Amino acid sequence: MDRIPILQMGKFLLVTIQVDLHDRLALTLQDDLTAKIEKTNAKGVLIDISSLEIVDSFIGRMIANTSSMARILDAKTVVVGMQPAVAITLVELGLTLTGVQTALNVERGMHLLRTSLADKEADDVCDQV
Amino acid sequence: MSVIKSDVLPIRSEQDIVLARQAVRKLTQELTFSIVDQTKFVTAASELARNTLIYGGGGDLYWEVILDGGRKGLKLSFKDEGPGIPDLKQAMTDGWTSGHGLGMGLSGSKRLVNDFEIESTPGKGTRVTITRWK
Ligand SMILES: Nc1ncnc2c1ncn2[C@@H]1O[C@H](COP(=O)(O)OP(=O)(O)OP(=O)(O)O)[C@@H](O)[C@H]1O
Ligand SMILES: [Mg+2]
Repeated sequence: MDRIPILQMGKFLLVTIQVDLHDRLALTLQDDLTAKIEKTNAKGVLIDISSLEIVDSFIGRMIANTSSMARILDAKTVVVGMQPAVAITLVELGLTLTGVQTALNVERGMHLLRTSLADKEADDVCDQV
Repeated sequence: MSVIKSDVLPIRSEQDIVLARQAVRKLTQELTFSIVDQTKFVTAASELARNTLIYGGGGDLYWEVILDGGRKGLKLSFKDEGPGIPDLKQAMTDGWTSGHGLGMGLSGSKRLVNDFEIESTPGKGTRVTITRWK
């Protein structure tokens, strides 16, 4: 496989990483996601890593970079389904995914995105009044 | 200490890093490491394999399943004939990178394993050896 599919679900994008990513594929995904956020004007991105057996510094950096690019484009990123062993290893490795929110599964991640978007829209309305 | 089995894997492309991760995962499963120990060891291997490829210009991974007293362990040696590391202390510091990394690979891997050894000679190459005991 040379590309990871990105699904659009209304205002949000969903990516499910199901393969052991080699480095170039991870970079391609980062670029594809950024381009798709811009094109679709998406407000949120869910990255499902429940199938990933490890997250090393390279994948960690790709997730952090994607999230900061998304923020610049006014979209929020939520990483869902990180396996407990992966989370423990990341901490010991010394990687902090700064600014990246996490949720237990896709459903909860979607809920998080919806609520934060609703809050934001409410704020925008208040600003206009 | 005795060697139960061993082999060599090339680290010459990004795909080789993926294959090395998978091979190490399989060995840690055979040794019935806990899921957390498997994940830590495979992550350390991934970091070191990438360093071998990117900074060492490619090299090899020598693995050994070893028996010491009553305990079994997995030992990995990443070896390259690249430029070497002029200042090991600096390279082992959290956050120090000569490239565009996070500088967490070496220092972080050390925390993920039981034994960590690094030898490097400028102009000759680098060898990093890690071991995890069951
Ligand atoms: N095999 C090697 N040969 C030559 N230099 C190396 C080798 N491995 C590591 N180094 C040097 O040590 C530095 C620190 O390595 P480390 O893996 O900790 O960080 P990094 O690779 O720069 O970033 P990260 O691994 O966090 O993405 C590297 O930037 C590089 O200069
Ligand atoms: Mg590294």
